[in-house]
Amino acid sequence: MKSKRLLAPYVAWMTVFTLIPLGVVIYYAFTDSITGQFTFANLSNLSTYLPIFLRSIFLSLASAAICLVIGYPVAYTIAQANPKWQRFLSMLVMLPMCMSFLLRTLAWVAMLEDTGIINRVVSSLGLKPLPLIRNSGAVILGMVYNYLPYMITPLYTVIMKIDPRLIEAAQDLGCDHKRVFTKVILPLSVPGIISGITMVFVPAVSTFYISQKLGSTGTTMIGDVIESQFKTAYNPNLGAALSLVMMILIFICIGFMNRFTDSEEEGVVTP
Amino acid sequence: MKKFCRVFTVLVFIFLYIPMIVLAVASFNTGTDIAVFKGFTLSRYAELFRDGSLLALLRNSLIISVLASFIATVLGTMAAVGLHNSRGRLRSAVMTLTNIPMTNPDIVTGVSLALLFSFTGTLLKVKSILGFWTLLIAHITFNLPYVILSVLPKLTQMDPDLEEAALDLGCTPGQAFFKVILHEIMPGVISGFMMAFTMSLDDFVISYFVTGSSFITLPVEIYNYTKKPIHPKIYALFTLMFLVILVMMVAMNLLQGKDAERKQKKRGVRA
Repeated sequence: MKSKRLLAPYVAWMTVFTLIPLGVVIYYAFTDSITGQFTFANLSNLSTYLPIFLRSIFLSLASAAICLVIGYPVAYTIAQANPKWQRFLSMLVMLPMCMSFLLRTLAWVAMLEDTGIINRVVSSLGLKPLPLIRNSGAVILGMVYNYLPYMITPLYTVIMKIDPRLIEAAQDLGCDHKRVFTKVILPLSVPGIISGITMVFVPAVSTFYISQKLGSTGTTMIGDVIESQFKTAYNPNLGAALSLVMMILIFICIGFMNRFTDSEEEGVVTP
Repeated sequence: MKKFCRVFTVLVFIFLYIPMIVLAVASFNTGTDIAVFKGFTLSRYAELFRDGSLLALLRNSLIISVLASFIATVLGTMAAVGLHNSRGRLRSAVMTLTNIPMTNPDIVTGVSLALLFSFTGTLLKVKSILGFWTLLIAHITFNLPYVILSVLPKLTQMDPDLEEAALDLGCTPGQAFFKVILHEIMPGVISGFMMAFTMSLDDFVISYFVTGSSFITLPVEIYNYTKKPIHPKIYALFTLMFLVILVMMVAMNLLQGKDAERKQKKRGVRA
């Protein structure tokens, strides 16, 4: 009885400000922007946005994969350090997450621009300026940079908790370094890998600032389209339909990835 | 291999901190182009303090994040205690509710709340409902899961006999909570509050959709700035905020370190 009374305000809050808004999104997705009548038009128009959806998924999966390849050795190295260094280094990983991602992305623009810092160095060496910005590569770089901490943190948490006795046992039983890694450490870090990929993929697939600043019209992402429907094109109904589809897509992706782990209810998408 | 990992980790950390360095250097630049360093000056910092507009925005951000994270901590801690004492269907339903804002991308959370608010606005015939209150509600909503997910593990780790002992010794359930349980879970409550606070302070995506022109926070204004040429005093503000957060995190780190050492000593005595 007592616990229910403590839960009530929270459940009420989340129902009003999480569940009902999702209902409102569905309502808008199925109504006409001018007449307010029920319609499928918003959703049937979505086929024109299919290339943008596919591009968003491709770019964010690529970023998540790169984050994993870069993040794993870093997380592993941090987990191997002594406790003092571990605390300090994991703090250094998290610190950038607290700073304005808008300005940090802008700093990348300043570096990659045609007249930016890198190209000034390149041209001072007498070489031609490199096309570093306004392409998919720059967008992926921006996403990897911004979301790398979201990959390292869960990986580090999982690797740190691996029982060192398991590694010793594997060594005693004749595994060399490589096999200890592939047979013991890597399988045990799967929950961290899944959670890291999810935590990079979800914000990456829905981003709208990074692609605007580092990309071009050829790298428009689904987040850009949603943002413009609400802020410049004033068609919230189409925006709601796009959000709905993106949300369903992400839930499918997460459900698919969670199949790889037998996680508990609160195991996976937590930082 | 170990050496390679270490060198690689250092390189990744440099990668993570390059934009900070670029922005910090830009804050001392006499020129306005971020890519060309013309000369050293401190005048950007003087301008920042002379012109109150940016500081007023920072104050708005602080008001929202302190209020939102405080309310979310109270509500969330209550909910976590309730959740800890409940089992079965109710528990899994509430956990699912908690996971929705965690798995939903920020843009969907922002858009769905914006639609809810404008829907309510048209129902109530209020013209511009978006402002301080909608922003506060949105921030509390996305902060709540962070608080719950950092308090819940502490409750699970707590010795269940402690509460019973307090009750046996004549505490009312309320006294048992404030004198015993709260004391035990305090580290989780504090880290939940800190996490909520930093999330709130730096949030751009959700705030961007749910606030109007009547109440603007710093990240939203930075986004508006980045469409025009950006004024270097923003770099000065960024650098100062970076230093403040760095000092705060190092201080927390040292405290945690002392705490860990103390625990280790205790364990040593017991053994």
